[in-house]
Amino acid sequence: MSAHSVADPIPADHEGGFDLHRTRKTGMWVFLGSECIFFGAMISTFLLYRNTTADGPGAELFDVAFTSASSFVLLMSSLTMVLAHNAFERRDIRQARIWLTGTALLGATFLAGQIFEFTEFVHAGLTMSTSPFGSSFYMLTGFHGAHVAIGVMMLTAMVILSTSGRLHHDRGLNVELVGLYWHFVDIVWIVIFTIVYLLQV
Amino acid sequence: MTVVQHTAHPAPKLYWIVALILALVTALEVAASYIDALDPVLVPLLLGLGAIKFGIVIAFFMHLKFDRPLYRSLFLLGVFGSIPLFVVLLLTFNAL
Repeated sequence: MSAHSVADPIPADHEGGFDLHRTRKTGMWVFLGSECIFFGAMISTFLLYRNTTADGPGAELFDVAFTSASSFVLLMSSLTMVLAHNAFERRDIRQARIWLTGTALLGATFLAGQIFEFTEFVHAGLTMSTSPFGSSFYMLTGFHGAHVAIGVMMLTAMVILSTSGRLHHDRGLNVELVGLYWHFVDIVWIVIFTIVYLLQV
Repeated sequence: MTVVQHTAHPAPKLYWIVALILALVTALEVAASYIDALDPVLVPLLLGLGAIKFGIVIAFFMHLKFDRPLYRSLFLLGVFGSIPLFVVLLLTFNAL
């Protein structure tokens, strides 16, 4: 998201021009579609190597109860994100800021849980180089965690912009695009949670 | 220069209901993974429940149900495009 897009109003359809609003949103959906392929490739790789633990630790390390709690946190962050967008559309910037802050905090909580989980796994002997299982597991969940971290940074930027009065109600598309990205991160986790954690128990 | 008006989106109450459904489905998934009697149908069951959650989030939270059909097509192209990728990968490693 460029500084230009934050500073300028959103132009609408008019003769001889093009609809920047729709173009940016279409661009975001193309990006999310390509991200599906990206994560699809990594999920496929994990499925390919899920049983190749090379006599090292494997899925028995997973604490499904803990990961379920993390999943719940991320699901609820999607709720707070959509409520932030809704408040923004109602031009209630203060309410939107509260929900955006809540979303960023829930995202940070999810990341803290992932860091804790990774630390536990490394102590139990599962590292990136232990086995193909370890490599594909850390690559998949690590890339997802990186996406969450980027989302938290974007949400934090939104909160800062709104606090300093630089995020007005006519810039709702910026909140919507960050929201789309955030919900995408959530749906990727829905797939990872089902395939990587639940189906391995 | 005018400002684009967004398509009307659902009221917050609907979002809370959707979130409640998502939480319930997640609880069902976790419970199902611990019930030994469900082992023969566990894979399709969990994949089905995951697909329901996936569909609910993209339809309501990402507004694909209410937005332009083009966005739905672009996104689903990516979703279904990953399936042949998966098959090709498995075939490459003789895992299918």
